[in-house]
Amino acid sequence: MSHERLPMPDLTCREMLLQMGPSHPAMHGTVKLDLRLDGETIVGVDTTIGFLHRGFEKMCENSTWNQCFPYADRLNYVSPAINGVGLALAIEKLCGIEVPERTRYIRVILSEIARIQDHLTAIAAAALELGGFTAMLWAVEARDHYYYLFEDVTGARVTLSYCRVGGVRNDLTPDFREKFNRAAAITERLLVDIDKLLTRNRIFVDRMRHIGVMPAAQAIDWGFSGPCLRASGVPYDVRKDDPYLVYDRVDFDVPVGDNGDNFDRYLVRMEEIRQSLRIIRQCFDQMPEGPVNHPDWHVTHPPKSEVYGTIEGMIAQFELVFRGPLVPAGEVFQSVEGGNGELGFYIVSDGSGRPYRLHVRPPCFAIMQSLETMLMGTMVADIIPTFDSINMIGGEIDR
Amino acid sequence: MLELILIALAKCVFLFLAFLLGGAAILSWVERKMSAVIQDRIGPNRANVLGLTVFGLFHPIADGIKMLFKEDFVPARADKVLFFFAPMLSFVPPLLAFMAIPFGPPIAGREWLLVSDSQMGLLFLLAVASIGIYGHTLAGWSSDNKFSLMGALRTSSQLFSYEVGLTLSLLGVFMVYGTILPQSIIAAQSELMWGWLPRWGIVTQPLAFILFMLSSIAETKRAPFDLPEADSELVAGYSTEYSSMRFAMFFLSEFVGILLVSAFGAVLFFGGWHVPGLSGDAWWIVALQVGAFLAKTGALVYLQMLVRWTVPRMRFDQVIGFGWKYLIPFGLLNLLVTAVVLAVWR
Repeated sequence: MSHERLPMPDLTCREMLLQMGPSHPAMHGTVKLDLRLDGETIVGVDTTIGFLHRGFEKMCENSTWNQCFPYADRLNYVSPAINGVGLALAIEKLCGIEVPERTRYIRVILSEIARIQDHLTAIAAAALELGGFTAMLWAVEARDHYYYLFEDVTGARVTLSYCRVGGVRNDLTPDFREKFNRAAAITERLLVDIDKLLTRNRIFVDRMRHIGVMPAAQAIDWGFSGPCLRASGVPYDVRKDDPYLVYDRVDFDVPVGDNGDNFDRYLVRMEEIRQSLRIIRQCFDQMPEGPVNHPDWHVTHPPKSEVYGTIEGMIAQFELVFRGPLVPAGEVFQSVEGGNGELGFYIVSDGSGRPYRLHVRPPCFAIMQSLETMLMGTMVADIIPTFDSINMIGGEIDR
Repeated sequence: MLELILIALAKCVFLFLAFLLGGAAILSWVERKMSAVIQDRIGPNRANVLGLTVFGLFHPIADGIKMLFKEDFVPARADKVLFFFAPMLSFVPPLLAFMAIPFGPPIAGREWLLVSDSQMGLLFLLAVASIGIYGHTLAGWSSDNKFSLMGALRTSSQLFSYEVGLTLSLLGVFMVYGTILPQSIIAAQSELMWGWLPRWGIVTQPLAFILFMLSSIAETKRAPFDLPEADSELVAGYSTEYSSMRFAMFFLSEFVGILLVSAFGAVLFFGGWHVPGLSGDAWWIVALQVGAFLAKTGALVYLQMLVRWTVPRMRFDQVIGFGWKYLIPFGLLNLLVTAVVLAVWR
């Protein structure tokens, strides 16, 4: 019996190149992945960002400090309230002013509501793209109740333009707490439902577990932050480690994961929603009455009665609108815990009413770098949960 | 001879036009309305005739008209011939397969409610329904689009894997009733066990029913097995480049496929048109039995839609692994147990 093998024909195999995006249903936030595929296995990923570049930082250089806030809302458009808070904190740090107590609580409340929105969106998007259309619509419906809250307070749902240098535009509405409680009850019921639909769903767990794994050491090297870093097991949270506003006065836990895979990122987000609700409730209890804006008319707009009634008010208003609040020369970095990680604002002032330079440190930029590492060797279908659990936001990564 | 042809034609018109196309169109409404209920929405309610909306029932008609007037786009580098034939190839087989499904009992000794009373019986259905795979595969191949191609590859390997599981689950049923003729299977199912329990397939072959439902959902390419058209990764899979009425044919073939597997399941596992304790030739009894068949089919359709809107999608290798590692071994086990039990019984 011969053991000779049949002569093999010289078959050439080539990897398939597949362009995913920038307009592809899964690449929300416009990003392009150039995939090299061996069958359905990924052997190479090339990420191209920049399709949503608007020149945010340059635009800010031509605006007064207060005019930057509407632009900042469009950074992470899933949790817009946090962006404004971060920018305001950075500017106030450079000015060396303290906002009134009540405003600090208001900012924390709005930030945490935005975080809930952000996490609900991330979970909803992951569910949707894994085929769980129902879970997505439920989550988005729960999120909508928070948009109504924002609408009550700021008049806008997404582009809030709410924060100002030295305060916020206006106080919370009288029935804000009551309406929040209603929205929170809906969210809590939703979390139970989502737990039933997804957390213990074998198909969902199989799709998420051990996919897109990022070990803690590597995650730190890549510059991870936020839920993605915590899912890898590093309990780093700007709110705990470098408390700003009133985060040192409220009691909350920082959930961490074990494996750093997609499922852990999902679980961390689920738990953070619960913790955010906890923070907001404590804030409501501790929140004092009082003004919401810094009393100094050099940084905050005077009330309209003063503008129309007194010459000082008139001049203050005029100068703030046309020249902008004068921020002392210098540079400062201030970071806040954004929806998907550490959102940093680095600002340089030359003492005028406009930023000399404004730079944003977007959390998902650092995380997106590692997409290739996370996806290598997985399958085409694994791009979806991995990309969703990163929660890349185009407005933030491209600015 | 002429009479036979005319009768066959009449049956085809009733079956294909009235029941299937109408049924598929209504299913598209049912799907939208049902998903709306599950997802806390209202669903389609805008299309109207003279202000009359009838719960959005005009939407399938509006959709059909819209589809007809859409631009029929063909990619420049597509294989024109295959691109043209692929939708038909996926649309016609599930329609043809309905020839083997009896809608009601024989009336006055003649099969008025069964198009083709051939000796191939349900094997005909299995054989014809499998041809539809070619339509999807060729559609993906001829579109000259990488997403379509991957959808086509997924379709062929998925359907190939689940065809085995589907057939294995049916063999047990065929063994229990000792026939592959639909009317004989239904007749055998109408007997009573212990004097009160009808010998329906779900009673005698419960495992086979679960296997059948799983593989038939995979055969109709719906969640959690909707890999070939996984919208998040493959855009729309094999139908990415299709538009207008050609896309509608894929769309309709999916719904006809759902109707087919549901009717098939009703015949095999729920006694087809059989209603316990009801027999005779009176017109109202026949009408009731046809109604029972439609109700059973509808119930299975409902089950499939419920699954569709509740669970997420599996990954490609998980689907194939599930088919080969669980479905087929369990099918073989079911076959073995059935054979042993039958051998001991008789």
